[in-house]
Amino acid sequence: MTAAVTDGHAVRADEIVVRFGAQTVLDRATMHLAAGEVVALVGPSGTGKSTLLRVIAGIVSPDAGRVVIDGVDVTTSPTHRRGVGMVFQDNQLFPHRRVVDNVAFALQMRGVSKHERHSVASEWLGRVGLDGYGQRRVQGLSGGEAKRVALARSMAAAPKVVLLDEPLTGLDRDLHDRLATDLAALLRDTSTTALLVTHDHSEAATIADRTVALADLQSSS
Amino acid sequence: MDRAGARVIRPPAWLVVALATIPIAALALFYAWPLATLFAETLGTDAVADTVRRPTTREVLWFTFWQAVVSTGATIAIGLIPAWLLARFDFHARAVVLGTLTAVFVLPTVVVGGAVLAVLPESIERSTWAIVIAHVLFNIAVVVRLVGALWERLPTDLGAAAATLGAGPWRTFRFVTLPLLRPALLATASAVFVLTFTSFGVIRIVGAPGTRTVEVEVWRRATQLGDIAGAAVLTIIQLVVLGLVLGAAALLQRRWTIALDLAPTRRRRVRTTRERQTVGVVASVTMAVVAIPLVAMVVASFSSPTGWTLAGWTNLDGGEIRPGLRVGVDSMAAITASLRFAAWATLFAVIVGGLASLAIAATQRAGRLLDVGLTLPIATSAVTIGLGLLITFDAPPVDWRAEWWLVPVGQALVAVPFVVRAIVPTLRAIDPALLAAAGTLGASPARAWRAVVLPMAGRPLVAAAGIAAAISLGEFGATSMLSRTGDQTLPLAIESLLGRTGSSLQAQGYALATLLAAITVVLMIAAERTTDR
Repeated sequence: MTAAVTDGHAVRADEIVVRFGAQTVLDRATMHLAAGEVVALVGPSGTGKSTLLRVIAGIVSPDAGRVVIDGVDVTTSPTHRRGVGMVFQDNQLFPHRRVVDNVAFALQMRGVSKHERHSVASEWLGRVGLDGYGQRRVQGLSGGEAKRVALARSMAAAPKVVLLDEPLTGLDRDLHDRLATDLAALLRDTSTTALLVTHDHSEAATIADRTVALADLQSSS
Repeated sequence: MDRAGARVIRPPAWLVVALATIPIAALALFYAWPLATLFAETLGTDAVADTVRRPTTREVLWFTFWQAVVSTGATIAIGLIPAWLLARFDFHARAVVLGTLTAVFVLPTVVVGGAVLAVLPESIERSTWAIVIAHVLFNIAVVVRLVGALWERLPTDLGAAAATLGAGPWRTFRFVTLPLLRPALLATASAVFVLTFTSFGVIRIVGAPGTRTVEVEVWRRATQLGDIAGAAVLTIIQLVVLGLVLGAAALLQRRWTIALDLAPTRRRRVRTTRERQTVGVVASVTMAVVAIPLVAMVVASFSSPTGWTLAGWTNLDGGEIRPGLRVGVDSMAAITASLRFAAWATLFAVIVGGLASLAIAATQRAGRLLDVGLTLPIATSAVTIGLGLLITFDAPPVDWRAEWWLVPVGQALVAVPFVVRAIVPTLRAIDPALLAAAGTLGASPARAWRAVVLPMAGRPLVAAAGIAAAISLGEFGATSMLSRTGDQTLPLAIESLLGRTGSSLQAQGYALATLLAAITVVLMIAAERTTDR
């Protein structure tokens, strides 16, 4: 497809430009993640942090710039061929599927047999502290439980990078702190490369190895 | 809020009762009584056993059923493509595509049948395939409207989530979108199934000779064979079958309903070149599929074996050889009869529907009951309504079969539910504070109602009249049952002309179908403009 770019970085977003109409949301933003690194991208809301995440995921196509994942230029690849996992701010769990079938979705897309994907999904549910939740409907889950399911779903097929879009926003303080600690441990235990978008600096410090401000990534600011 | 709600000024009870009297009486006399007579005069008689035992009954039922199933499946499969386009994308011609699809749905069945007849090659122009094609063309708008309404509000991030989990567009559709659309798909399937199961005009126009659905068989038994009892039994069987299907659908619907966080409608502007190409191709193909048959119909009205001709449009007296004796159909007479019937039907429908709307909007629970009662004629087929009137008003003191007004009454029954739908939402939207304000200025509740509500009913009433006129002009089922010789309406004339051989008769039929289509579209657009202003 495209020439491989091998420089040790798991994810590179180079000189990304995104315009929505007359408004420039991202102006030549550049950011790199090393393999296994957890980076927090901070900044006030509405400044394009989530847009950068979506560009890396392929949900938003940039007006200019380049995205490289694991040495492969994926700028023009569709989302489903990029091997990313993503946790959405509002989870976006599939309401017509039970918990286990949400977690097993990526494995199902890869053609893993039902028996095997259910056993992997159950294992992941255990890892996020939801043993025995597999047969529940997602509508009955609490905010924290739904977040854990979304996390397990995004990681169950071992993506090359996990993108977390304000994953802990809107949870109450206690729950927020507990989940932040669990999330940090989980990412480290699995050596997952992850990019966390948040407006909360203490959350960033708890979870990430390194914190960057969006403003520092852009050329004109 | 609660107190304000409780203190809403309503018109006094006597006024509501007075408003509701005429609609209730009309509904009882021309709908409930005929339907009851239909049941009473047939159930328990030999006709039931005779009809059930007759092999043709089973054949007719089976054919009606499978052609409806195939038509429904094909309509949904094909309709999902424009539904996706219109639900997900914002593009320049969006309103045109949606408007054209909707226009086809409001066209009279004989016009859609005629258009399909005009476009299909001779080998399949009168066949079951032609029936299915006409049904699909007719009902695509139902899929676009009902499925589209849910589709455009499904969060797009659910699709994005599926993509990040490795699902391409097709598998996202299959594993996420389609299951979430299930409730709307079921509602669409029920609606299209009922419409195609009770299809009458389309079958009469494009079906092969001898093709009989239950509706056609009812009409044939009642008007051609004089077997009224047999016809009545068939309408009851049809009501039972439809009741079972709709009941099963309602049960499934309850099981399939998923609580969804619906997003506000957000259609995407077309951005990339590839999107632009996809949208362009799908929109063009949709327009072509819908418009080509209609264009073919217009072209056919100017065609003859030897070339272009205006004969179809000028030969309006149907080739009168000697006074009273003609080879064709007297188009002028059909146009006059149609306009006369439509004028009366519109008047009846607007009076009954208008009064009912005022009563419905002024009350809570009782109003809803009247609303449901007035909607029932939609659920009953037009042929059944016609048959009910025919067998009820056939003996003194109510021997009204020969009365000129029975045809417009039948047409009005079909139109009233649409009149109510056109008026009630506007009335319900009137701010109760206006009534309260009139009250504080010294107006009695009745006077306040007259000063505030009545003036606002004017515009929707005019719109409703347009819709009622369009419906009665195109009405075919009830009119087929009730019309007597010499009172042929446009749809009846079109069916009769297109069913005969001879190119000049065909051209005349297509000319009348074009005329009817034009009148219908103009009336519907005028009605919509009136409402929007």
